[in-house]
Amino acid sequence: MKLINKLWILLGIVVVISPLGLILPEHFKAGSAWGEWGADEMKELVGYIPQGLEKLSTLWSAPIPDYAFKGWEEKPIVALSFAYISSAIIGVIICVGIVLILGKFLSKKK
Amino acid sequence: MHIPDGYLGPATCGIFYAIMLPIWTMASKIVKKTLSVKQVPLLAIGAAFSFVIMMLNVPIPGGSTGHAVGAVLVAILLGPWAACIAITVALVIQALLFGDGGITAMGANCFNMAFVMPFVGYYVYKLISLGSPINSNRRVIAAGIAGYVGINIAALITGIEFGLQPLLHHSASGQSLYCPYGLNVAVPVMLGEHLLIFGWVEAIVTAMVIKYLQKHSPELIKENEVKL
Repeated sequence: MKLINKLWILLGIVVVISPLGLILPEHFKAGSAWGEWGADEMKELVGYIPQGLEKLSTLWSAPIPDYAFKGWEEKPIVALSFAYISSAIIGVIICVGIVLILGKFLSKKK
Repeated sequence: MHIPDGYLGPATCGIFYAIMLPIWTMASKIVKKTLSVKQVPLLAIGAAFSFVIMMLNVPIPGGSTGHAVGAVLVAILLGPWAACIAITVALVIQALLFGDGGITAMGANCFNMAFVMPFVGYYVYKLISLGSPINSNRRVIAAGIAGYVGINIAALITGIEFGLQPLLHHSASGQSLYCPYGLNVAVPVMLGEHLLIFGWVEAIVTAMVIKYLQKHSPELIKENEVKL
């Protein structure tokens, strides 16, 4: 098999195991990444919500926030894992698409 | 390491956009001259791989989470300028579509993970692997160390960006307007957790892929050999 195909398969495997990035932190009771807390978490940590943070944190509303479909926050981990894999697939397709298009312009002509 | 909106003040956000603009321009120009058409699919896989590896959060039990980035790996295989473009694409999609990393902080996040990390990692790899045969263990070790050093320097700079905010912006009553943790907290935490945990994940991933490619496609490692 050509190497590039092997790499696609490797990428596919990483996509399939990606929910580990959701399940393991939950299992080991690990919270958000440091410095990536929401406004509520921030209030618990330091006792207040910094004014600028409160304003800016709602600036952008992502269509698939935190790799979960909107309104799915309370769904069981199986559903969230499905959303996570779906997000990974969407992300991979868009990444590949954009780089392939960019590559048309940003590569040397023979 | 994805700084969200609201943690960095306007000055910091603006400065990093201003720093990244010429870097992105430079990257486009250099990649246009050096990247061959047949390397483009590999760059696309590199961007996608980085995207997914950043979703693989590794927990510190009872604490926080973090992840590898893959930027050093892409830099070793395709050069640091190409890596800058690939990782930028991954970060922009993560911010816009998935709210992972802020829009205002995009310049800073790209500086940390798409510029500092691949460049530091690339030159560490070059330095350690200099003159060693393509199939040597030294290259695998060089890749591991490069991944480890690259992500940790990126984490250090991220910590400094966070930690400067209370100095730059606070209300009359002394409350922070943006990130409330100063350098004395942000730097040791960001650096510490990457030195102890996440840096090793980056090192292992980078070294393992180089080891695999040594066996299955040594020309990939060789291809980028001379370009500095």
